[in-house]
Amino acid sequence: MELTFYIAATVAVLATIMVITRYNMIHALLYLVVSFLSVAVVFLTMGAPFMAALEVIVYAGAIVVLIIFVIMMLSLTREDVEQEKAWLQPKLWMGPALLSFVLLAELVYLLVIAEMPAAPVAGSYVNAKAVGLALYGPYILGVQLSGILLMAGIVGAYHLGRQKKKVIHRFLQQQEPQKERSAAI
Amino acid sequence: MTSIPMETGLLLAGVLFMLGLISVMIRRNIIFMLISVEIMLNAAGLAFIVAGSHWAQPDGQIMFIFILTMAAAEVSVGLALILQIYHQLKTLNSDAANFMKG
Repeated sequence: MELTFYIAATVAVLATIMVITRYNMIHALLYLVVSFLSVAVVFLTMGAPFMAALEVIVYAGAIVVLIIFVIMMLSLTREDVEQEKAWLQPKLWMGPALLSFVLLAELVYLLVIAEMPAAPVAGSYVNAKAVGLALYGPYILGVQLSGILLMAGIVGAYHLGRQKKKVIHRFLQQQEPQKERSAAI
Repeated sequence: MTSIPMETGLLLAGVLFMLGLISVMIRRNIIFMLISVEIMLNAAGLAFIVAGSHWAQPDGQIMFIFILTMAAAEVSVGLALILQIYHQLKTLNSDAANFMKG
């Protein structure tokens, strides 16, 4: 049981590192799915099976598929991969990474040095029934606010994603024949 | 039941959050930045789950459901914004949008 947690945690960290170092977006998304799945395994070992199912369905399913749809709509080419490769130089990312590692070392030091009162177990099983009872009991206001948030998300996505017809002034329109001519040559 | 200390789970959440933060800072491709924000939200949810499982309360899992809802709404609006930026600027470079005013 402990070993499953540690293996899943290692896989999660490795997959996330692979996500943030890929140049190709689809490769990164594949590693992102692996990362979400391993976090779902961590949830399972933590005694939250319902949340593990939600993680797989919503994160690894819906959100990743949404991002893949947008990447397909944008129809990116190999040039974009090269551009991303050119942007991600080591001298660019070394500084923020080192600073963040200092923060991480500080966090680890604080967590290790702080002598917490004896906390031997992390895996208390909380089943879906308790979650549902609390969700529709004391947290009913949060559920309603989530509904409003989703409604706002739908309306916002529709409003922002709509393609407006672009009106070009006739003086600016003469660029297009030139472009066609250069493409023909 | 198990003998994993709570600090280990919180450590995992911290490492994942930091990886997402690094990626937000070093990337200039706007889709990668959105993916990194997803990683960070996921790490925050993991911290809630760890805490809720430590005290055997369902509140942590409820907070995770709220984070999940927020992430779904955020990613839909964010992708719509990315589509608009790509159609306006013909690039995914987030620096290209620095001339916007207001």
